[in-house]
Amino acid sequence: MNMQHSNWIDVGALEDIPKLGARLVKTPRGCLALFRTDADEVFALDDKCPHKGGPLSQGIVHGKSVTCPLHNWVISLETGAACGADEGTTATHKVRIEAGRLLLDATSLAPSSAR
Amino acid sequence: MQKQRLVVVGNGMAPGRALERLFEAAPDAYDVTIFNAEPRVNYDRIMLSPVLSGEKTFEEIVIHGDGWYIDHGVTLYKGHKITAIDRAARTVTSEHGVVAPYDKLIIATGSVPTIIPVPGHKLAGVLTYRDLDDVDAMLLAAKGRGRAVVIGGGLLGLEAAAGLKQQGMDVTVLHLMPTLMERQLDPNAGYLLQKAVQARGIDVITRANTKEIVGTDPALGPPRVKAVRLDDGTEIEASIVVMAAGIRPNAALAKDAGLTINRGIVVTPDMRTSDPDIFALGECAEASNQVFGLVAPLYEMANVVAAQLAGTSDAAFSPSATATKLKVTGINLFSAGDFAEAPDREEIVLRDAARNVYKRLVLKDDKLLGVVMYGDTSDGAWFFDLLKRQADVSELRETLIFGQSYAGGAPLDPMAAVAALPDEAEICGCNGICKGRIVSAIKDKGLSSLDDVRAHTKASASCGSCTGLVEQVMKLTLGDAYNPAAVQPMCGCTGHGHDDVRRLIVAKELKSIPAVLQELEWSTSNGCAKCRPALNYYLLATWPLDYRDDSQSRFINERVHANIQKDGTFSVVPRMWGGLTTANELRAIADVVDKFRIPTVKVTGGQRIDMLGVKKDDLPAVWADLNKAGMVSGAAYAKGLRTVKTCVGSDWCRFGTQDSTGLGVKLEKHLWGSWTPAKVKLAVSGCPRNCAEATCKDVGIICVDSGYEIHIGGAAGLDIKGTEVLGHSTTQEETVEIVAAIVQLYREQGRYLERIYKWMKRVGLDSIRAQALDDTEKRAALVARFALSQQSAQVDPWRERTEGKEAHEFRPLADLTRLEAAE
Ligand code: SRM
Ligand SMILES: Cc1cc2nc3c(=O)[nH]c(=O)nc-3n(C[C@H](O)[C@H](O)[C@H](O)COP(=O)(O)OP(=O)(O)OC[C@H]3O[C@@H](n4cnc5c(N)ncnc54)[C@H](O)[C@@H]3O)c2cc1C
Ligand code: SF4
Ligand code: FES
Repeated sequence: MNMQHSNWIDVGALEDIPKLGARLVKTPRGCLALFRTDADEVFALDDKCPHKGGPLSQGIVHGKSVTCPLHNWVISLETGAACGADEGTTATHKVRIEAGRLLLDATSLAPSSAR
Repeated sequence: MQKQRLVVVGNGMAPGRALERLFEAAPDAYDVTIFNAEPRVNYDRIMLSPVLSGEKTFEEIVIHGDGWYIDHGVTLYKGHKITAIDRAARTVTSEHGVVAPYDKLIIATGSVPTIIPVPGHKLAGVLTYRDLDDVDAMLLAAKGRGRAVVIGGGLLGLEAAAGLKQQGMDVTVLHLMPTLMERQLDPNAGYLLQKAVQARGIDVITRANTKEIVGTDPALGPPRVKAVRLDDGTEIEASIVVMAAGIRPNAALAKDAGLTINRGIVVTPDMRTSDPDIFALGECAEASNQVFGLVAPLYEMANVVAAQLAGTSDAAFSPSATATKLKVTGINLFSAGDFAEAPDREEIVLRDAARNVYKRLVLKDDKLLGVVMYGDTSDGAWFFDLLKRQADVSELRETLIFGQSYAGGAPLDPMAAVAALPDEAEICGCNGICKGRIVSAIKDKGLSSLDDVRAHTKASASCGSCTGLVEQVMKLTLGDAYNPAAVQPMCGCTGHGHDDVRRLIVAKELKSIPAVLQELEWSTSNGCAKCRPALNYYLLATWPLDYRDDSQSRFINERVHANIQKDGTFSVVPRMWGGLTTANELRAIADVVDKFRIPTVKVTGGQRIDMLGVKKDDLPAVWADLNKAGMVSGAAYAKGLRTVKTCVGSDWCRFGTQDSTGLGVKLEKHLWGSWTPAKVKLAVSGCPRNCAEATCKDVGIICVDSGYEIHIGGAAGLDIKGTEVLGHSTTQEETVEIVAAIVQLYREQGRYLERIYKWMKRVGLDSIRAQALDDTEKRAALVARFALSQQSAQVDPWRERTEGKEAHEFRPLADLTRLEAAE
């Protein structure tokens, strides 16, 4: 439950991310990748592939997945999990769209993560 | 008993409905006075488009004629705009000085059209589309023929465009977003709509950002619209400009009266404003944080206002889903509810490209959340009803998409795309054989095998890339009697193979990725990392002048024009033409390495210098410095021309027979920038000692006394392959021409990621030789097509990016590293 309003941080506008693209948000615990799908949903994941840490933000987005640029693992944007035969999961973060703005839940972003 | 006085500001569709309901419920409760800025009775605004197109007259769309007002004792002030509300005195004042006292007031001022404040927006000839006066102005303008430019490809803009076209004008629609009606339609349906609009002869330009409306020379009389200029410099002549770029609630009057305003006039569920004696109704009202632009919810508001006025105090408005249709004869589309994808939603999609039908249902927890339909909208009402009722559809799920009357039904025909091709569609490009020729040959000559068809028609007898299509035509003609060999599909999203897709892109003139996905019935909504880059290349190679590169469909290296490294940094390789460099270039490289603390500098296997470990954010600055020293991208990342290695040749070498370095530079300057199915590497050696290793390159040149030996099909990577000799040429110019022809042929026939040696194995050295060398006419045509595509390809991507293109790639969206300090 998110009662405190201050947890949601405005990180930019939906339009700042190209459709089927991604942008980075730098945080104290590393970079997050914000992905925008063709249908204008936005997902936030750690910018680290569960395989060898590849920068997922640089991958190709399709449907609700991204293909890692280093060795082509396909990662689900909804769950952060690798698809198909590959195994591993990347942390996901809460993000929502309100009046065209992107709001990121900052509770999990503090430097010493209490997750 | 003294009747209460009810005053209404605005005489649109919403208060019209409210009064009807009020007179039914409490016929004698109020003395009603209406002020309307428009000089006319209440009419059906929705039907203005049929009036514009000539399908209806104004009289046919009147809702309440003058008699209705008389019958109900309503005083209607036509052409009286209210300029002030005095809440203390409880009066309204019109611009002509009429003052009317009220006990209850309804504000129903509707919306005002948005006018984009570009230079020239006040010129004569710039119109909006909201009321009958606008329609009259457009009809008058249409008499003079000429071109109308409609800004905005939403519902209003497209209806205006269709109407003006029907009135005989040339029409161009400018739309800022990539697809039409993007608020109501997903990109697939938007694409089909655009096709249908264009099929009526209306020009559509998407991603069009209007910069200026150009007026006529003031010396020639009062200036009026002459043209519209876009931010990319395009200029479109225009005798009128219709702004249909959106509406906003008309809340100024209420604001001046001190009522609470947000986007619209804020009302509580009982439709009262912050003053309980004043109601707001229609598009000007904002309820539950929403404003509305379609009549269905406005009519629900009207019912609530009427009930409240009649004394039913628990009547309340709660917004429900709305449905949109476009009122252009012959175009069927329907959209309702919320059709965005989301993690907890499922979708059911039906595409039938041959019939131009597309349907998409969005479900959540077995309930219908959104519907988008194009082509066949006959089940719109049924779906909308399920949606509004939030009915459980789990029972219907299997057949839901087929609609209400579904009873059995056959599965979609996988060969629909080929079946839909007209007889004139070219199937075999090499031999110019169209579909009709193949069909009639099969029928007339009783052919039943592929070899027979090849022998009789020559279709697929040359490069063979159309074999899949020829087989599909055979299957269509012969039915189950023919069983085509399995074609390897491009990827899991489609059953089509690479060659079929390429051929169909040409035959059906598909010019965008959504067009291909729709027409060729892809099973995913936007492809995958395998097919999208391939399609992007095929479209680019097929339509070099029209196609707009889709950077989101490119691998990261080609998207940011540098090679990604294992740690997420990038490497930067500038071109060193033919392996030549200068002190200046080397100095600039040294300076860049120092300035940006680049950890590794290495000489590549391709005779140039690689700077490894550059941070992504630094790339544009690094390139700017390299550009300054005259260097451009070496495309070390590209499915395109990589390197042209050379040896020192006759300039210095005691064995050199020709100027191998010079020829290498010429070739590189001619070929750089081109995109190809896979990477292309060349080398030129000055004599058969072959110091430039030309015999293991995609194309290699060995200089000899009599001229140049042209080699092709080498490789030294995963496979090691010596080249084969294609032929001989006598001059450098001829050599460059033959190489350009080879590369173009490869661009047209190669499958994505298929290196030249594999392509050569598939189509045969003889077929390449015949077209790129022996047949001079074909060669010249290949060279011309290559030159055409190079016109738009030879632009340094680094320079474009240092000048700001795709800036979002190189900057984080936000930096929260100092988060603690924030809040
Ligand atoms: C930098 C370089 C190695 C070096 O330090 O010398 C290099 C580096 C890479 N090569 Fe190479 N190749 C380099 C010359 C070669 C050569 C030699 C040549 O061109 O004369 C070959 C053999 C010739 C050939 O291509 O047939 C070569 C055969 C390959 C292959 C195998 C290709 C094949 O079809 O078999 C790959 C893999 C691929 O492309 O899929 C590859 C892929 C790569 C990639 C792009 C790997 C990747 O996908 O990330 C490496 C990128 C490094 C980077 O970020 O810069 N590289 N690579 C050379 C760059 C040349 C240049 O100036 O552009
Ligand atoms: C071309 C066109 C096509 C449309 N197609 C559809 C459709 O297919 N489906 C659909 O659901 N909706 C459609 N709409 C939208 C629909 O017409 C509107 O939602 C609806 O008419 C709004 O009704 P309203 O009463 O709120 O305002 P309006 O009908 O706009 O009425 C407001 C009236 O108030 C008057 N006024 C404004 N200020 C003052 C003032 N200060 N004093 C006195 N009078 C004032 C104005 O002159 C105007 O006559 C269409 C609209 C247009 C223009
Ligand atoms: S190819 Fe022959 S001529 Fe050229 S440098 Fe090598 S040895 Fe010299
Ligand atoms: S690091 Fe992502 S696939 Fe290897």
